[in-house]
Parts: sequence; structure tokens; C-alpha cells
Amino acid sequence: MSDTLLISTRKGLFTVSRKAERWAITAVDFLGDNVSIALADPRDGYRYAALDHGHFGVKLHRSIKDGWEEIAAPAYPPKPDGYEEKDLWGRPLDWSTARIWALEAGGPDEPGTIWCGTLPGGLFRSTDHGTSWEMIRTLWDHPKRKEWMGGGADLPGIHSICVDPRNSKRVWVAVSTGGIWFTQDAGASWVQRGEGMRAEYVAPELTNDPVAQDVHRLVQCPAAPHRMWVQHHNGIFVSSDEGKTFAEITGVEPSVFGFPVVVHPREPDTAWFVPEIKDEKRIPRGGKLVVTRTRDRGKSFDVLTRGLPQSHAYDIVYRHALALDAAGNRLAFGSTTGGLWVSEDQGDSWACVTHTLPPVYAVQFA
Amino acid sequence: MAKVVFTANIQRYVPCPEVEVAGHTVRDVLETVFADNPRARGYVLDDQSALRKHVTVFVDGTMIRDRARLSDAVCTTSTVYVFQALSGG
Repeated sequence: MSDTLLISTRKGLFTVSRKAERWAITAVDFLGDNVSIALADPRDGYRYAALDHGHFGVKLHRSIKDGWEEIAAPAYPPKPDGYEEKDLWGRPLDWSTARIWALEAGGPDEPGTIWCGTLPGGLFRSTDHGTSWEMIRTLWDHPKRKEWMGGGADLPGIHSICVDPRNSKRVWVAVSTGGIWFTQDAGASWVQRGEGMRAEYVAPELTNDPVAQDVHRLVQCPAAPHRMWVQHHNGIFVSSDEGKTFAEITGVEPSVFGFPVVVHPREPDTAWFVPEIKDEKRIPRGGKLVVTRTRDRGKSFDVLTRGLPQSHAYDIVYRHALALDAAGNRLAFGSTTGGLWVSEDQGDSWACVTHTLPPVYAVQFA
Repeated sequence: MAKVVFTANIQRYVPCPEVEVAGHTVRDVLETVFADNPRARGYVLDDQSALRKHVTVFVDGTMIRDRARLSDAVCTTSTVYVFQALSGG
């Protein structure tokens, strides 16, 4: 079980550790800076933190043991002379990293390989622990990429990257908004996945178009990689064939809207969500902050409330801000209003670590 | 030699001391600075080597207009200020 959490926030990277059965903040790095996401690589202990300095752009830092060092941030290639690409509003689309939104370790057979998803939609790979980055041009140059749209931000972005634990060349990425994309040759070619998902926010002719799907988060069960779970803009979807097709889970109380999902590392039918009222409000229903858990592939859900605020709670939990440890027992999530909760019994009960953090973007067990 | 002065706000990320460099355009001047201080480049310029959206450059009190090519003229007595723009909050 992991005793350490990395919390990426609007104002710094917080390390939270478990000592004497209590969780507490034990380190603060980059205080005052916007940390969009962090990665603790389970293969080698390296840590990575993505910063967005606003005025001065997106930066990436790496820590081995002796503190942090700035390393190369993924950079977009030069736009060809005369080439024009416009966003949805007709403005020139900048080929420039606007945000690092996903950092994932490569497979166990490729030490030092890191995948990175960004806004406005570029996917990058490093094979040297982030010292240098290569843009995956096959995805960026795919004609369908220009159909990607913003979802939550003005620009589209890659937020989920799943590396097949059986074969590191097989990788799935999910885009908000642009559906799910799959490569089986380490990025040499890509195909769209995600038949069966349904979008409520487009014209009826496009409802089932895989590229129109606003996947909020895609996760894969490590022990049963055929099983993938999606928290989508308008529902929860589950796949039993590696994301080729999805079935919608309906009738989930209090809501099927949310951002994060995590799946148990060995039990593919067990997954957790943090629901909220959808577009029109985006707050927990009734001011009650709850986590939902299914153990039977979405046939039924437990609504988990013990230890969570059940009155006037307006916490939103972003897509990377719910985490499950590798053992599958400890959960943690952080909220937009600075709350951090930990469960050591698969969500049956929760303890509040603090409610005064900056807005939380991402939570990860290290 | 033109004098180049960087905002104090950038200093906590990457030291950018005041320097004097030769050059006829803002591009000339800044690229000379970045040749000696390569880490500063990505803080001022974006992936396409244009001025970052929320960075501004003034030459002798006038905000530059060519943010993509940085072709605004600089003379030997110029002072070039690199600031963070208010637009970035």
C-alpha cells in the first residue's frame, strides 16, 4: 500500500504522507505556481511536475532524489510556412503547448519512456526520462484531429493515456473532445475507438460519432486490460473489448455526470466515481459530496458518504483528482475548494486531511 | 549596444540580468541574449518563436507591434524592456 500522495494544485505541489495512521502535508514544492499535473514513476522513483506559469508558459520539472530540476517541456514543431489552421472561432490555432494535461509512465520494458498529453491536442513521448521529447506526428497530422474540439477549455486536449500492461506498443489516449484513439505500433498509426458512446451535445446525426465523444476520463484495469471505464460528459460507459465498443450505464444515483473514474487494479468490475449535477450547475447534488462505487460492472452502485460533508458542500473533483493505490484499497481525492479526503477501506469511510488547499487539479499515489 | 532589461517577475524562475547586446531588431537582440541564457528563451518566446501571449516588449517606451517576427527596429542607444503583460492576470 502506498503511504504517499502527490497533490497538484493551483498554487503548488503538496506531498501528503501517512505517519502513525494519520495523513499530513509533509512537503510543499513550487509554492505559488500552478501545477497542472504530476507523475511519480513507479518503475524508477523519478517524479515529474508540470507547471503553467501563465505569462511565461508551460514548464516541466523532474526530481530524482536531490531536489527538482527544470527539463525540456514538450514543444510543438514549427508550423510550415504559409500553413493556416483556425480554431472554432476562426482565430489562428497556436502550435504551442498550452497545458500539460497527462503524464504517464511507459511500460516496464521501456525504462525512461514517458508519455505526455497536452492542449491543444499534441501527444509527446520521451525515451530519456523527459530530457527530450518527440511529438507523435502521426496523431497530430491525422485528418480527424482537426475535428477535435475544446471541452472544458477552449482548446482540445489529451488527458488520459493507457499503456497496455501486456504490450507497451499498444496505447490508448482519450481527448476532450475527440473520443478515444488507439495505436498498436507505438504511435506509428492510429485508429479511432469508442463505438457505442453517445453525445447529447451535438446534432442528432453526430450523436454516436466516436470523434464527437467528450470522454472526461478513460481508465484501464491493469489485471484485465480488456476492461475500460469511461466517465463521459453525459454518462458512464464500460467496455469489455479494449475500448472497441462501449455500453452505457444508466440510472446511476445521484448522477451520471462527473469527471474522474478509477478502476480496481485486479477487479475489472469495480470502479469509483464522484458524481455531480451536470452542465447547468456543476455542484454536488443537494450540497452532499459523495463517491459512488460499483462492484458488478455498473449493475448497482453504492453511494459512499461516511466522513464526507453532507451539507453545503460545493466541491468539484477534476478528472485527475481521484486516485486509487496499486493495492486497490486506498483512495484519495481533492477538490476545487481545497478539500482532500483519504479512504483506507475502498471508500466505505473517509477522513478529511485538509480543507484549505488551493484548488486541486490532480491526486496521485506515489 | 542596446540595453535589455527583464521584468523582476521572471527572475524567480530564471535569472535574467540586465545586459547590453548588439542588434538591429528585437529578434537580433533577444536571440543574442538567449544564446548566452538558453533557458530564458522558452519563458519569453513560444514554441513558434513568437513572443508569448502574455509577455510584452517595449523599445524606448513604445510597445512592439510585430510579436511574431520581432522585426521592430532597435538602435545602439535603445533600451529594450521585457515585461509580463497585464493581460495575463
